[in-house]
Amino acid sequence: MLINHPLLGPRDAAEFTCFGDASLLLRPDPGPNGEPDQAAMDAFHDYLHLRDNPAGTHQELWYHEQGDRSWLVVTRDTINHSIIKVELARNVKARNLKTREGAG
Amino acid sequence: MRYSVFSILNQALRGNTGWKPVWREPEPRPAYDIIIVGGGGHGLATAYYLSNVYGITNVAVLEKGYLGSGNIGRNTTIIRSNYLLDGNEPFYEMSLKLWEGLEQDFNYNAMVSQRGVLNLYHSDGQRDAYARRGNAMILNGADAELIDQDRVRAMYPFLDFDNGRFPIQGGLLQRRGGSVRHDGVAWGYARGADSRGVDIIQHCEVQGFIMEGGTCVGVETSRGPIRANRVGVAAAGSSSRVMEQAGMRLPIESHVLQAFVSEGLKPIIPGVITYGAGHFYISQSDKGGLVFGGDIDGYNSYAQRGNLPILEHVCEGGMALMPAIGKARMVRSWGGIMDMSMDGSPIIDRTPIDGLYLNAGWCYGGFKATPASGYCFAHLLATGEPHDNAAAYRLDRFRSGAVIDEKGSGAQPNLH
Repeated sequence: MLINHPLLGPRDAAEFTCFGDASLLLRPDPGPNGEPDQAAMDAFHDYLHLRDNPAGTHQELWYHEQGDRSWLVVTRDTINHSIIKVELARNVKARNLKTREGAG
Repeated sequence: MRYSVFSILNQALRGNTGWKPVWREPEPRPAYDIIIVGGGGHGLATAYYLSNVYGITNVAVLEKGYLGSGNIGRNTTIIRSNYLLDGNEPFYEMSLKLWEGLEQDFNYNAMVSQRGVLNLYHSDGQRDAYARRGNAMILNGADAELIDQDRVRAMYPFLDFDNGRFPIQGGLLQRRGGSVRHDGVAWGYARGADSRGVDIIQHCEVQGFIMEGGTCVGVETSRGPIRANRVGVAAAGSSSRVMEQAGMRLPIESHVLQAFVSEGLKPIIPGVITYGAGHFYISQSDKGGLVFGGDIDGYNSYAQRGNLPILEHVCEGGMALMPAIGKARMVRSWGGIMDMSMDGSPIIDRTPIDGLYLNAGWCYGGFKATPASGYCFAHLLATGEPHDNAAAYRLDRFRSGAVIDEKGSGAQPNLH
């Protein structure tokens, strides 16, 4: 697989380590006043252990360990391994936070 | 028809014209006591033990493709029970004991070959860890021998004992481990279940669950709705896709694991060898091909094929262990989809939905577990209570904290 790095251009996937579902970027809040209640515990359990694990389009974290050490969000098809979109993880996270604040 | 010396002689005299298909191809009935989703090794074994041990024969096994089209036909056929933790070792030893009596039990030649599994160690620390593991195995009724370099050398003189980085100091040998003809396992269980009246329905894809008042009372399939008192899902790499239809998210990621076969060679490796300094293992099939494999590719996949970097990685492990392997030509590779659980251990449990049961999370170790997995899942489906040997394989253990961290890696690729 070739990953089209937004800064470096196409790079061999072997330079990267995949860290799984990109929803890991959105760690849930610990709960009111930093004291986790049951809802917060449930949210953290789901965040840490449960996965959508889709057959098809999947957003995932790839860390450029053997390169510039950037974190990327790669949108990839798990059925045929084709790569649809590559973004810097920090941009995705900023966008996610904005959406979450907007929703909250 | 029972297989025996006499049936073979009888058929030989009649020109082998009397052999019949060993299972029926029934149309699905409108309702069953129990439906098993997934006609792979674990699903068929579950149906077999339900009908033969627990006396429940009004059972259907629904398979999306053909029998044995999933991981039961795509693995490296190794059986062993060399685990450390209490939650695991009794279960895997139960499995190995079932393997030992399997062919007599289901009257089918699965070519169970107890040729010995040898885990090599390369450092003092690793030797001590293997000694501890061997003791845990013996305490659970399994066999284990810690052997030194001289004895390994007598068994496998061609290994790279004086490797500059990872010299071989010895190994942990389980003589009762070995290999099995993987397709034969699926066919034998299918035949044994079918002969007791279990309906094995191929090309029947489950497309949803029928829920009534929060209870699962059947499945929607590509061949119409089928009702059941209990539904057990044993869908391996597709577990998440199936359970999603019941609105459940699982602690599982699906990853691709590759395996490789060389051209046929004269007998050179009598048993199974695993490398202790990298993820590589090798055995030789009865046809002569060297069968070897290593790590998962390390990214979510449903593709049943992998990429080249892991092939290179596996071959490097092979060359470090056994330089002679470099002379052999590789002829085949394939990939299977592994249901990687978050702690690397399986799940055999009820779900929060009444009437729906789950058997999943086998990671890359499901084949050796086939008999015990089927037995324990059948016990759960028949009695509603977990079998003693599978009592630790809870679905909610990530919430309770009672994880089984045998290897402590799970699906996280950077930990492999």
